[in-house]
Amino acid sequence: MFKIVKKRFLDNAKTICLFEIEAPLVAKHAAAGQFVIFRLDEQGERVPVSVAGYDREKGTVTVMVQAAGHTTKMLHTVEEGDYITDFVGPLGRATEMDGLSKVAVVGGGVGCAIAYPIAKEMHEKGIEVDMIAGFRSKDFVILEDELKAACSNLYITTDDGTFGRKGFTTDTLRELLESGHTYDRVIAIGPGLMMKFVADVTRPYNLKTIVSLNPIMVDGTGMCGGCRVMVGGETKFACVDGPDFDAHQVDFDLLIKRGAFYNDDEAEANKHICKMTGGVRNA
Amino acid sequence: MPNMRKDKNPMPEQDPQVRNKNFDEVALGYTPEMAIDEAQRCLNCANPQCRTGCPVMVRIPEFIAEMAKGNFDAAYDIISSTNSLPAVCGRVCPQEKQCEGKCIRGKNGEGVGIGRLERFAADYHMNRKDLPKVEPPKSNGHRVAIVGSGPSSLTCAGDLRKMGYDVTIFEAFHKPGGVLVYGIPQFRLPKEIVAKEIDNLKAMGVKIVTDAVIGKAVTVDELFDDMGFEAVYIGSGAGLPQFLHCPGENLLGVYSANEFLTRVNLMKAYRDDYDTPIKHPKKVVVVGGGNVAMDASRVAKRLGAEHVYIVYRRGKEELPARKEEVEHAIPEGIEFQLLNNPVQILGDEQGHVTGIEVQKMELGEPDEKGRRRPVAVPNSNWVIECDAVIIAIGTKPNPLLRSTTEGLEATPKGGIQADENGQTSREGVFAGGDAVTGSATVIMAMGAGKTGAKSIDAYIRSKAK
Repeated sequence: MFKIVKKRFLDNAKTICLFEIEAPLVAKHAAAGQFVIFRLDEQGERVPVSVAGYDREKGTVTVMVQAAGHTTKMLHTVEEGDYITDFVGPLGRATEMDGLSKVAVVGGGVGCAIAYPIAKEMHEKGIEVDMIAGFRSKDFVILEDELKAACSNLYITTDDGTFGRKGFTTDTLRELLESGHTYDRVIAIGPGLMMKFVADVTRPYNLKTIVSLNPIMVDGTGMCGGCRVMVGGETKFACVDGPDFDAHQVDFDLLIKRGAFYNDDEAEANKHICKMTGGVRNA
Repeated sequence: MPNMRKDKNPMPEQDPQVRNKNFDEVALGYTPEMAIDEAQRCLNCANPQCRTGCPVMVRIPEFIAEMAKGNFDAAYDIISSTNSLPAVCGRVCPQEKQCEGKCIRGKNGEGVGIGRLERFAADYHMNRKDLPKVEPPKSNGHRVAIVGSGPSSLTCAGDLRKMGYDVTIFEAFHKPGGVLVYGIPQFRLPKEIVAKEIDNLKAMGVKIVTDAVIGKAVTVDELFDDMGFEAVYIGSGAGLPQFLHCPGENLLGVYSANEFLTRVNLMKAYRDDYDTPIKHPKKVVVVGGGNVAMDASRVAKRLGAEHVYIVYRRGKEELPARKEEVEHAIPEGIEFQLLNNPVQILGDEQGHVTGIEVQKMELGEPDEKGRRRPVAVPNSNWVIECDAVIIAIGTKPNPLLRSTTEGLEATPKGGIQADENGQTSREGVFAGGDAVTGSATVIMAMGAGKTGAKSIDAYIRSKAK
């Protein structure tokens, strides 16, 4: 059992929630770019979520979770001091940062929660970081202060212009590149479509671009092969070969299709969240 | 006088057309009368060959002699003195290739139903109301870490604990049992039985830490340096599924057998009260001919598929599956498309599977293992329509542990290099089971676990001197 020591919603709309979880075994080696898998209770499914932070001394790991499907919605109803059944990791490879001097980090929506520890760690290592964080609208903005502290320049965009610049993250990235900003790497984390467009923007510049993929998976250790992605014409397992891959090699259309495989089942499951308990069983 | 009946007492089973719609156990087990009658078929040979066919050296004639007299508890004690998982072995061992295959009664009729008798003794013991409390053996003060909790690890843990070692098992999943819980379906090996065998080990004092990925959360070096273990046994299995490397294999509806079976067996996706999603395809093609292929096909049938096809490139005689699994699959309605080899998987515009193109094969000259090699028949391609394809062509050892452990040599096939005693290229690190050999059987893995325990005992004794 793993204790939730801190819980806090990150956006006004309360769609993304931070959980700091007591997991000393995970905290010991966790690094930016890796992920964990959690399970709420005995009947729960295994859900992968990226590491958003860790405190090795306290033995805690922070994750930031968007309520999307059945399980993540139920997680949002769990309170500080409560326990979840399973929390395993760290899984996957950490984001590579060696030899970098100037990087643009692009985060879209909840992707900013994953981009944040990467930007922070690079910033702390003395790498110059320009951060572009995109959200749907003002009420969905997360981590403004944290991101500001984790980079040299922060550009916040909203699709509807209610906060920061109006437009998509790719618009800002394109402007920066067109106005002569140079980077030795772009790291993009967000919805599949956003990452695909980021890859399209950087491709003409031959600018190495890394994306962090979060496909459907079961075990997270290479056993199920459910997280297959096509990279450079080869089948890779995101859980052990990734989750970071060369954006210019990733087959995003396949990624997006495979990611939607259980959407119908998920919609069905969402109809069955108990209105009394918020879905918490055996409470 | 021994019972000279030529065939084995048949196993009572659920009716095929009933069982292919539920997940309850197929084989119902002998009654005490059947068990005694079957045990009396044993000739108690002067030179019993059955034992030589058993990787964990169960004292077969001795336990059967007790069974024949109705002394089921005594029979159980004899079995469990060398076998930590009798209820499991009685159900999943390929007995026809091992003990029963060597039985003299097989020369003129069928060998004694050793597996069925073993199962009966184990179940009889488990179901006893007045089960004697297990006393944990006294600790000898030496600590051993075991990576993984499948059959190899559980056997190694049981044997070491009996010798007095303090044993801690580290399991990556949330539940211990390895392939016994994620791979083998409920209807062939009820999970309650695996849980009882594991509870038994816990009662003996074996510690189990779940949600612990060795090589990620804790390295092998840390097991020694920070946690103070004196030896490590790696029984992490052959986790990595192989795919066909043919066009279309990432289409929606193409699964590894590992994924399909894990969703159903470990995550219980077939039950409404569990959250893990699973599709219920109507026409399913399972590629492969081993036990895992049989399991996947029978699970697909139970999830409601109208047609389930096994596509295998060799013939029926060459199917690597246990004979009983094939015999169970056929009346359940599994359709065998033998001597067919996949060429590509076909899909629609949305990326969903619509069929699989296969090529007919015929059997040519025997290969190095003596199995006749399949040879493609020119211009014989045809298409099987389906909405799901499950790939069950074997697994490879997972490189995760090796890649994070310095000095652990690999075999050419990617397994952990270990000698016949389980000794790896690193001092104090032993390995066995599928992690070394690649996918094999539960009982082979258990045999390796036994060897590993013996070697670890010898190693720690030699260090203590």
